[in-house]
Formats: sequence, structure tokens, C-alpha cells
Amino acid sequence: MSGVRVLVGTHKGAFVITSDAKRTQWDISGPHFAGWDIYHVKGSPADPNRLFAAQNTGWFGQLIQRSDDGGKTWNPVGNKFAYEGAAGTHLWYDGTPRPWEFKRVWHLEPSLTDPDVVYAGVEDAALFRSTDGGQNWEELPSLRQHETGPKWAPGAGGMCLHTILLDEKHPDRIFIAISSAGVFKTEDAGKTWRPANRGLKSEGIPDPNAEVGHCVHRIAMHPSRPDTLFMQKHWDVMRSDDAGESWREVSDNLPSDFGFPIDVHPHEPNTIYVVPIKSDSEHVPPDGKLRVYRSRTGGNDWEALTNGLPQSNCFVNVLRDAMAVDSLESPGIYFGTTGGQVYGSADAGDSWAPIVRDLPAVYSVEVQTLA
Amino acid sequence: MIRVVLPAHLRNLARVEGELKLDVAGPTTQRSVLDAIEAGYPMLRGTIRDQVTHKRRAFIRFYACEQDLSNEPPDTPLPEAVATGTEPFLVVGAIAGG
Repeated sequence: MSGVRVLVGTHKGAFVITSDAKRTQWDISGPHFAGWDIYHVKGSPADPNRLFAAQNTGWFGQLIQRSDDGGKTWNPVGNKFAYEGAAGTHLWYDGTPRPWEFKRVWHLEPSLTDPDVVYAGVEDAALFRSTDGGQNWEELPSLRQHETGPKWAPGAGGMCLHTILLDEKHPDRIFIAISSAGVFKTEDAGKTWRPANRGLKSEGIPDPNAEVGHCVHRIAMHPSRPDTLFMQKHWDVMRSDDAGESWREVSDNLPSDFGFPIDVHPHEPNTIYVVPIKSDSEHVPPDGKLRVYRSRTGGNDWEALTNGLPQSNCFVNVLRDAMAVDSLESPGIYFGTTGGQVYGSADAGDSWAPIVRDLPAVYSVEVQTLA
Repeated sequence: MIRVVLPAHLRNLARVEGELKLDVAGPTTQRSVLDAIEAGYPMLRGTIRDQVTHKRRAFIRFYACEQDLSNEPPDTPLPEAVATGTEPFLVVGAIAGG
């Protein structure tokens, strides 16, 4: 019988939440790794029972946990993230050069085809890869060593590599995004990288045409149209139809074009979802109303989805990795909040209900569609 | 036999209850004790000291015999009572973080 497994990373542990395809009754398991920050949990598309979790605290540093039974049991795997060669420097907040220093793993992206291969996006920004199920990690150093690297600077949350997009049609193509350097693209499996930020307008940076320095919050792609990318930037929702070579704004009638997550409908590659947030200085929903906005035209012409979501006195945030979609026929859309709620919709966003209300602050939500 | 007390999170991670009891090769120093901990419990690598620099993590402290040994050089011999197992070597998560 088909079903879904929702993987939730929070400020105080991980939760594995399962349901059958109706998605009305949920079984909640956790907290796993209670007390630890879990920035991200994600399953392997090649082996749904294999999950990876990024576990961290300021006291004890970074761990990576792996489950081979769908989250029932976990074992720590490798946690040595050593930059290759000289670390080099990036810009610090005061404009001075600062040596790269590993802090934590923000995002884990398992390979689409090989359950032993998984990528890790880390702070300070770099991309690592394991080819043995997470036991050993090697940096893909040419990204960090890009000629623009010394100009990269951290966003308020740190200089994190938070998005990794793999492309089943172009196995050697990877997009990554860094706050606040921007999007980078490789066409040769990580040997060489180049910025992919043309068209982004970031108020306040000295050079409006700068090729790096943009605070990209999240990018998303539908696997059937890998040349079309969607972006939630610090401000602005953007779209590219040429594999990141150029971007145009599609914010249109959103109540705010600030936000963090963006995702794509599993069966309609031109239907996308965002969660507008009032501003970068407040980080709460506009007017205290938690609304997901859906565009069925690939941006612009946005409709508010409110049925089942709190429409008064709601002041939570939805972080960049905290939205996911399943691939059932009537697709499920999921997101988690900093208030500890995880909401789900089993009808592509038309109606919503809380799956769970009182978790620790949610950092990430992923979902697996199980056969 | 060296006795080591870990903070709760690291005991959970190492799946141990109570104290660790370790054989330490050579002189009993911070370095040799940490080497023995990491050899016996590889999942603790990187949680007490950095895996590359071997520097103590900022919010980890080391105590023994009512002394704060956190900033002692790693190859300084630990107190005799630790070396003989009379007193434990304490790995403590600092009371910090808000």
C-alpha cells in the first residue's frame, strides 16, 4: 500500500512521520537525537530506506547519522569535513578577509541513482561528497576555490551552502546556492563552477550587476524541465528558463516577495509554491496570516492558499528547507514552521491541516513517497 | 585503567552507561586519553576535539581531581590519581548557550 514518510528536522531532534496515501492519520516517531539541532534529514531516491541526518550542537559539533531501515534505527557515520588544501579567505562582516572555517552541515542531498553517494552543503560554504554512504567525505574544492571566493560574505545566518539541485537528465550538472554569494553551476560533476546570477537585483550591494553577492534563499526545479529554475531570493521570486544563465522576476501580486522556501508541484512543472514573509527585519507572515501562495503559471498570478491555515495572530516563519512535495496522484504539500507546526495538504494546497502542532522549531521538512 | 566521565549526549552517542574504562598506552595525558576514547568509540571523533587541529572544542572542558585542566598542554601528564584510576577524567559540556 502506498504512503508517505515525512522527515522533519528541528531545533531539538528529528521526527519521522508516516501515513498511508490518504494522509489523514499520522504516526509520529521521535525525537531522534533529542536535544540536538537537526538541520536536515533526507532519504535516498535510490533506496528509500536509507536516510541521512545532519546533527549538530555548539558543544559537540557536527555528526552525520544514517538509517538503513527508514528511520527506525540510526548509526553515526563519518563527520570529518576537512577543506582540501589551503582554506583561503572570504569576506567577514567588517570587510576584512577571514579564513574559511567549517561550522556545520546545512543540507544533505542523496544521489538520484546511487544510495552510497550523498552530497553535503556546509557552512562556511563548500560542497562535500561521500561515495560510501557517508563514512568518508571529500570536498569538491573548485567551488570554494572559485576566483570569486574571496568576495563571498556570510548572510545573517552564516555563509552556508544550503541548496543542492541534482538533475537526472544531466548527471554532470549540479546547481548549488550559497547565502550570500548566490547560485553556482557545474556542468562537469563539480570539476569547474561558474556563477549563475545574471538578472538578480539585490538592493544595497554596490554593483547592481555583480556576479556574486546575492542572498539566494532557495532554488527549486522540476525534474522534467531541468532548464527551468525557480528561486526565492532574500527579496524577489525569480525564474530562469535557460538553466540559470539569466533570471527574471515573477513576484507579481505576492503580498511580500520576501521568504525562504520555494517548491514545485510534482506533476505540473509550472505550478510553484512560496510562503511570503513580511520582511527581512520581521520574519513573520504579513498581517499575521499564514498563507501559502501558488502560481499555476510558473510565477506571477499568485493565489493565496488559506483553507486550514491560521489567518489571524500567526507569527511564525517557514525556513528554506522546510517545504516539500510528495508525488502521489493528488500531491501532498508539506511545510514546517518555527512554531513547531507541520502542515500538510493532500490536494495540492487547496486545503491544509496540521500533521503535528507542537514540535520544536522546524528547520527542515522532506517527504518520501513510498510504494 | 583510566576512568572517563562523559556528558549525557556523548554517552548516548557512544551507547554507554556510566563511566568509560579505558586502557591508555604510554603516559597518561589529555592526548593519550582522548586518543583512547576515540579509538574505542569512533563515533565520538570530532565531538570533544577538532578532528583536524585536535584543539578542544570551545564548549568542552576537562576536569580531574577538582582541577580545571582544560587549558593544560595536551601532553602534560594528568594527575597520578587519574593515571591509576582512583579519580575519573571528566569531560564536561560547558554551562553556556543560553
